[in-house]
Amino acid sequence: MGSALQVTETPDGKGPDDRNDDHPALIARVAADRDRQAFVALFSHFGPRVKAMMIKGGADHALADDIAQDTMMTVWRKAALFAADRGSASTWIFTIARNARIDRLRRQASQPYEDIDNVELASDTPTAEDEVLAGQRAGRVTDALAGLPEEQRLIIELSFVHGISQSDIAARLSLPLGTVKSRTRLAYAKLRTELRDVT
Amino acid sequence: MVHHHLDSTTILDTASGNLDEAVAVVVAVHLATCPECRQAVRTAEAVGGDLLETIETAEMSTGALDSLLKKLDAPADPAPAATMKPRRSTGAAGDIPQPLHRYIGVDTLDDIPWQWVAPGVERHALPLSSSTGSSLYMLRIAAGKAVPEHGHGGVELTQVLSGSYTDDLGRFGPGDVADLDEEVEHRPRVDAGEPCICLVATEAPTRFKGLASRLLQPVIGI
Repeated sequence: MGSALQVTETPDGKGPDDRNDDHPALIARVAADRDRQAFVALFSHFGPRVKAMMIKGGADHALADDIAQDTMMTVWRKAALFAADRGSASTWIFTIARNARIDRLRRQASQPYEDIDNVELASDTPTAEDEVLAGQRAGRVTDALAGLPEEQRLIIELSFVHGISQSDIAARLSLPLGTVKSRTRLAYAKLRTELRDVT
Repeated sequence: MVHHHLDSTTILDTASGNLDEAVAVVVAVHLATCPECRQAVRTAEAVGGDLLETIETAEMSTGALDSLLKKLDAPADPAPAATMKPRRSTGAAGDIPQPLHRYIGVDTLDDIPWQWVAPGVERHALPLSSSTGSSLYMLRIAAGKAVPEHGHGGVELTQVLSGSYTDDLGRFGPGDVADLDEEVEHRPRVDAGEPCICLVATEAPTRFKGLASRLLQPVIGI
């Protein structure tokens, strides 16, 4: 396991090759020891990703930067609540960024989502499906997405990365809402099947 | 035992954070007592996590990290793990599920300040933080009340909290959600024996076809 300060370049020289950092371990260090080095490593990896997500959601660079900082602040504060056996670090941080997107870009209450998180914390023990998802490292889901027809993959990307609702996707693509929903259902069914196949 | 679940398009919009606020509250209430749908949302969120991992990055501003590190020094809130005691929802009739509790000032369904709407129909509107043209409200409908069909249109989500109703799609009891597509036609009727109490979210202010909207159309005059 590499130290958080070890920075190696990717083959194309594009910047720190931190794809293999053990993010759950870094989060655990933040939770247990308030470890700033671990936090800096998480910031270096996720900050630019969350910022990109906010830009694709319609924020300008300054606002996207601000929301990404807020997201990382929440990672610092809530590190003790990350459940490594229930999902990956990137999924957890995605949900924090998603809630920030609801609050800051959609100007709606993200409270219902926080309530859902509380219900899960109180009720759920990890399932076999959770363990598959927690164990995968940008592999299984990526493969599953690559297996979708482009028209379905696009809808998934517009939903998650750009934060666009089903009806807004329909408007944007000039499609009937029913068509968007059908494609979404097909995509979801395929993804779920792929992600459940543990063998 | 939950028999009627959220549609997968709703699951995806939940995971991606694209729900209308009124719909989000009803979804949260459904998820409070449906482990199956909670799992579905977690799996969908993993898709978001992967897309975040593989996104083309945008460099943070030069002062961002320093600014953030300074804030870490600021007097902290008490550690979240220590203060967050999630209130466990049993979902039993008479309980208000936790995600709904903050919108309602009472602790049991019996204490809701119902307003008479029509014979056998009472309503209680809930406040939303944003004004988007959607509505969130509770309904209490008398046992045995049948509702004629009206027109179609708009998104509608109905979560049964107490009692039950039956329509062409089956029986909807406590914990069940009716996540209706625009084309579906059905004729809901509250089952005999007790009133049916539901939580409803509607997006379009005009025509809809679920249990709730049929009752309110003649009253609202839409």
